[in-house]
Amino acid sequence: MDTLEILGKHLAVDKDGNLVNRSDWNEEIARAIAAQEGIAELTDRHWAVIRAMQKAFDRDGDAPSIRRLTNESGVDVKTLYQLFPKGPAKKAAKIAGLPKPKGCI
Amino acid sequence: MDRVSIVVSHGSLEGVYPALIMANGARMEGIEASLFFTFFGLEPIIERRMDRLQVATVGNPAMHVPTLIGMLPGFQTLATSMMKKEMEKLDIPPVREFLQMIHDTGAEIYACKASVDMFHFKKQDFWSGVDDIISVGEFYEKAGDGQIIFT
Repeated sequence: MDTLEILGKHLAVDKDGNLVNRSDWNEEIARAIAAQEGIAELTDRHWAVIRAMQKAFDRDGDAPSIRRLTNESGVDVKTLYQLFPKGPAKKAAKIAGLPKPKGCI
Repeated sequence: MDRVSIVVSHGSLEGVYPALIMANGARMEGIEASLFFTFFGLEPIIERRMDRLQVATVGNPAMHVPTLIGMLPGFQTLATSMMKKEMEKLDIPPVREFLQMIHDTGAEIYACKASVDMFHFKKQDFWSGVDDIISVGEFYEKAGDGQIIFT
């Protein structure tokens, strides 16, 4: 299994580079992953999306893709693309320590 | 892949959705995307028609409905409403909402000038999210070195 070096730790990741063990995740790790993904600072709005994503995953067993993410987080599509450029659902899932969303929409 | 330009040439519900799903999916993967609507593919961006697209129940063997039944009054409407229900379950929005969502992701939406002229449409006939009416030359120019998908 692949590992990713974050903050001096080698953490197990899947083929998409997302954390395998949710227990490895914490806010500090999230900030480090975000930085690797080109997001310099996680604002309150970023955190709202990340938390909504984790909540939906815990309930449904799958990270929400873009349409459901707008409903879950209350953040509109345009803003999601500004907060997480180049694929908000995919990026937010990675930062949230979740597998890539399986949904198509 | 950095950029994809998707051509929509059909005006039935099943002719339009694959392109919308592919455009939105491209943006979800961080790929630049644009949609180019041509010929009967203009239907989903015509303001007064975009909410009324229907599934073709005649001349479509994959529907597994005999043509003579597919042409009965109301059958197409029934098939359309059934398909819309199934799509809603999968989080696939109606055409107008889907196009707005795709536009909000930063994808561009264009109408084909030759088709617009042929059907005698005016700028004001189009949904407000349409970025421009462009020629095929401009379409290629915008597509650049990206991939082009014809649907």
